[in-house]
Amino acid sequence: MSDKLTVSMTINGHTYTADCEPRLTLADFIRHGCGLTGTHLGCEQGVCGACTIIVDGRTVRACLVLAVQADGSTITTVEGLARGDELNPLQEAFWANHGLQCGFCTPGMLMSATEFLKANPEPTAEEVRECLSGNLCRCTGYDSIVKSVLDAAQKLRA
Amino acid sequence: MKPPPVKYARAGDVQEAIALLTEHGSDAKVLAGGQSLIPLMNFRLARPSILIDINRVRELDYVREDNGTLAIGAMTRQRDVETSSVAAASVPLLPEVLRHVGHITNRNRGTVGGSLAHADPAAELPALVTGLGGELVVQGPNGVRTIPAEDFFMSTFTTALEPDEVLIGVRLPRLPGGTGVAVEELARRHGDFAIVAAMAAVHLAPDRSVDLVRLAVSGVDSVPVRLHAAEDALTGGRPSAEAIEAAAATVADAIHPADDVHAPASYRRDMAQLLVKRVAKAALERSETKS
Ligand SMILES: Cc1cc2nc3c(=O)[nH]c(=O)nc-3n(C[C@H](O)[C@H](O)[C@H](O)COP(=O)(O)OP(=O)(O)OC[C@H]3O[C@@H](n4cnc5c(N)ncnc54)[C@H](O)[C@@H]3O)c2cc1C
Ligand code: FES
Ligand code: FES
Repeated sequence: MSDKLTVSMTINGHTYTADCEPRLTLADFIRHGCGLTGTHLGCEQGVCGACTIIVDGRTVRACLVLAVQADGSTITTVEGLARGDELNPLQEAFWANHGLQCGFCTPGMLMSATEFLKANPEPTAEEVRECLSGNLCRCTGYDSIVKSVLDAAQKLRA
Repeated sequence: MKPPPVKYARAGDVQEAIALLTEHGSDAKVLAGGQSLIPLMNFRLARPSILIDINRVRELDYVREDNGTLAIGAMTRQRDVETSSVAAASVPLLPEVLRHVGHITNRNRGTVGGSLAHADPAAELPALVTGLGGELVVQGPNGVRTIPAEDFFMSTFTTALEPDEVLIGVRLPRLPGGTGVAVEELARRHGDFAIVAAMAAVHLAPDRSVDLVRLAVSGVDSVPVRLHAAEDALTGGRPSAEAIEAAAATVADAIHPADDVHAPASYRRDMAQLLVKRVAKAALERSETKS
């Protein structure tokens, strides 16, 4: 009924090719097909933001894109942020400011903040909150996440 | 949850999308930004037999001025309209309204056409297009037809689109320079669907009398509602608190809110009235400062 289609995409600089059922979401392709389990799945309805990744330069909910739709795309997931063992400045700021507790929301927070800081290098706390309003966190109460993003912004400007 | 089994076809242009819809009948669904359709499939509330992906139909991705109207292609991402200087100059209500549609990541993917074709009665874009007297342009096997917004939205999740038709774009009349605009929304959190949303555009003549009013609300009926009586109550005279009160007094008769888990109908009615007053006042103030 639903024949498999061959898809190929570049994720964090590596090319992945596989045959997929059309109904396979990009999130499941990345997690199960590519073994990149840093992209988390919370709600599978676009609300929680845990699955946020960057596709062709923009954040998307990986739970709301089909893998077949991403054929030919260039993707960055949370695994693509660090350089080897070296955290990038945003990750470093989350670590330094207690921007995570259990870490479930963190990959999505990092990807949303990555896109956001590129367009808004000098954000206010209010703007950071609006940007992250689409990423739910059950642990931190958000204050330390906002602090982390503001700290990263400052370091990135320096 | 995961989507049920489904077939997939990618349309290269509008003609191909229509041919695929014609071939597969009413079990086929157009896939635009997927921000409503994929959640419905993940919950198994929608089970199309085949998805017709129009994401690579480049001819439907545009924002342009065209003879006094702003024309937007159905596949234009909501975020691209929100950040378009052409859209902001022509219909300044658009960026204000789009900021309330989900979150940036949803708007990066969600399309103008998808929001209009989906026709959620709480959604902001259908209310904007209805309030401004916009037109929907649809194409099917028999060609192109243009439908006024008030005829396009028929009921909850129901539009005048036939199963073999594709929504190709929307046209909005340009708002004259100096028009003041305002949006107010009651929602549980930023980015949530509105419980009630209200929006206004107001323009003043050189003698400072009100010569153009557009008012719309969402979340208070099975379709978005343009508030014609309230517009009439505000048009013609000088802006005044009395005129705003008179306009707000007409709102209750124009809407048919329902009870649901978020709010009882009576509360939605009261809030619609209150938000209409607020947006009318704010839009008037902004139009005065600009003219
Ligand atoms: C977390 C979250 C929050 C949201 N909050 C809001 C909100 O506050 N306000 C709001 O208005 N929306 C909200 N949405 C919905 C969002 O705006 C969607 O983008 C929109 O409703 C559908 O657009 P889409 O392009 O994603 O369409 P899709 O999901 O791809 O399609 C929706 C429906 O329209 C049909 N369709 C799409 N395009 C066409 C076309 N060109 N011709 C014919 N049929 C077509 C599809 O077949 C489908 O039935 C939210 C979504 C999420 C996930
Ligand atoms: S899992 Fe994708 S947004 Fe929650
Ligand atoms: S750190 Fe646990 S959900 Fe955010």
